[in-house]
Amino acid sequence: MSTIREAFADEPAFLPYLAVGDPDAEASVEYIEALERGGADVIELGLPFSEPIAEGPTIQSAVVRSLEGGMTPTKFFETVSRLTVDVPLVCMTYYNLIYRFGEEGGPKPFVERAAAVGIEGLVVPDLPAEEADPLREACDTYGLDLVFIVAPTTRGERLERIMDRVSGYVYVQARLGVTGARADVSTRTTESLDRLAEWDVPKAVGFGIKTGEHAREVIAAGADGVIVGSALVDLIAEGHNDGDSTAEVADRLEAKARELKGGALEGAGIEAEVEAENGGEPGARPERK
Amino acid sequence: MSERASKPDEERNADPGSGSASTAGDDGERPGTYGEYGGQYVPEALMPAIEELDDVYERYVLENDEGFMDDFEARIRDFGGRPTPLQHAEQLSERYDFEVYLKREDLLHGGAHKLNNALGQCLLAKYMDKERIVAETGAGQHGTATAMAAAHLGLDCEIYMGERDIRRQRPNVFRMRLNGAQVNPVEAGRGTLKEAISETMRDWATTVEDTHYVIGSVVGPHPFPAMVRDFHRVIAEEIREQSIEKFDALPTSVVACAGGGSNTMGAFAAFTDSEDSAVGLVAVEAGGSSLSVDEDRGVAPNSASLSTGSEGVLHGARTKLLQDGYGQIMESHSISSGLDYAGVGPELANLVDTGRVRAVAVDDDRALEGFHRLSQEEGIIPALETAHAIAWLDEADSAEVGERVVLNVSGRGDKDLESALEETAKRDLDIAPDMHVFDAQAMTDSDEVAETNGQDVNEGAQ
Repeated sequence: MSTIREAFADEPAFLPYLAVGDPDAEASVEYIEALERGGADVIELGLPFSEPIAEGPTIQSAVVRSLEGGMTPTKFFETVSRLTVDVPLVCMTYYNLIYRFGEEGGPKPFVERAAAVGIEGLVVPDLPAEEADPLREACDTYGLDLVFIVAPTTRGERLERIMDRVSGYVYVQARLGVTGARADVSTRTTESLDRLAEWDVPKAVGFGIKTGEHAREVIAAGADGVIVGSALVDLIAEGHNDGDSTAEVADRLEAKARELKGGALEGAGIEAEVEAENGGEPGARPERK
Repeated sequence: MSERASKPDEERNADPGSGSASTAGDDGERPGTYGEYGGQYVPEALMPAIEELDDVYERYVLENDEGFMDDFEARIRDFGGRPTPLQHAEQLSERYDFEVYLKREDLLHGGAHKLNNALGQCLLAKYMDKERIVAETGAGQHGTATAMAAAHLGLDCEIYMGERDIRRQRPNVFRMRLNGAQVNPVEAGRGTLKEAISETMRDWATTVEDTHYVIGSVVGPHPFPAMVRDFHRVIAEEIREQSIEKFDALPTSVVACAGGGSNTMGAFAAFTDSEDSAVGLVAVEAGGSSLSVDEDRGVAPNSASLSTGSEGVLHGARTKLLQDGYGQIMESHSISSGLDYAGVGPELANLVDTGRVRAVAVDDDRALEGFHRLSQEEGIIPALETAHAIAWLDEADSAEVGERVVLNVSGRGDKDLESALEETAKRDLDIAPDMHVFDAQAMTDSDEVAETNGQDVNEGAQ
């Protein structure tokens, strides 16, 4: 079992996202450590790409701050190699950066380097299953998980194509659209989780989750984990705009992480008895409301 | 070794090196690939819509199901004004040692070739029961054409346009508004076409269930490059027919400007087969101010992705791009908004790689000369995009282009008057007329007076 998958084994997982280099690499290191202290089980590290077509305004701005601060794939890997956190790390980026890294062309050099600095999985929002085989092979070669996104519009054969290729966890997109914190949790989340009920892979829900209460609802709806990006990136942006110290922002991130992880645990608490009856296997839960 | 969700694929795991053929498909190439280029690199949320689009493209466009193409052809004739003329350019033919014929797409309704595709896709949206249209626009020509087509067909329409382009192409913004479209400014990046495409994709990812994205060029994920080409193919088919009518032969060369490449592919589409290899195809890119790039600043002062770009993935397709060593997309530049894009259609990129199409570049200064030349010598004010192709004729070698050159006049220049005159004023061009006859200074003064008055009123109110 990959360490990413293990992170979902005992209790619902909390997966925070941030854009590395926002606003600079040193701050990112402190923020990542704060997220771990706050209860992160897996951390998604965004490697900024100039055309982030799946991102809403919050993460677009983070990408701009990071790129303007001079972040590059090479600096990203250097930063990751300095991290001392114990939780598994997943790199989230767009395919062109993976494809173009290194001299030989193709995804292998990027994956090799990612593995070397301790990254254990990849999420690539602009790479559907149809185009993913070269990357899937490279990930197999270097022992990385490849996470795929399942959208509310994903049905039928497409689900199978994804199921055949996904590892680590499946990223369940809670709603249509781009990333960004929302005021409510989509009812489509439940429908999506229902469609994946039979999948033997942890299901982590993302897009729009902002509060501990959202996290509780999503876990109660049957998810194995919650992914939170924009709500955390907002804290970084506000701190940056207000001239707050990195330590202050890190404290807020840690507190927010506790809230979200707490909500996730609470969502599972309601289910604790049923969970025990089913042997607590992630992904094997019966469908429930 | 990582674990799969279910039934690990033993073949692949047993030999990680063996599966690379799968990118090209089990039985040959995946549909929508052109050599190394093309594909479908889009977020999963869009893939079901892309698959649906691929189906309806085959049914309606390729197989004329429900008489779709007949409907399209009737509308592009009655509403659009096709066929457009192939005109012998007498002055230019005198100037050069080859005959020049102009394919007058500037005479299509809206003033550019763009309506072919916009009308085709809006009609397809109608057949698909989608109620809403989104589109990006650079120079505003595609946005204008889409707004017209959407109004014609009774569809809701929203256009995304970079804020810089909104300033450069104001007349087109007014036209879109007049046709009832909403125009959404895009502030990200440099505020040009690249950002507008990204933002339209984001809208589509949110609204995909009732909305069709009318992409404006032969770019994006399959089936867009093929479908947009097919709606523009009528340009090349008319060139073929009209050439035979006019001079009883095919052209020796077809010349078109190239940004994303829609007018280029439209003008070339009926000549790319091997039996027409005697017809030279020349794609004229925007050379901007220089063909060099500044990697550190991530800036390419040109839009010449065919001439200077490298392979990468952008906006749904693998193609030639202006990008830095890491694959970050560069900010492009051109005097013409419509060519100002860091990528190019995948099929065109492949035709250049295989040698079927020759890619050349013309810089901003010479494009302006081309703009003035066609205006003065032929009485046609061309779009700044087209002006690049016109300027290239100056360096065309008759031994290479042959005796009969067809140049695709992709659009008219009314939208560009303000920026063309502004750019002309910055340069010392022999060909440019003296615009001071209009007493420009006095006009500017009166503008300033008006502005000052406006400020006074505001201040008075405070």
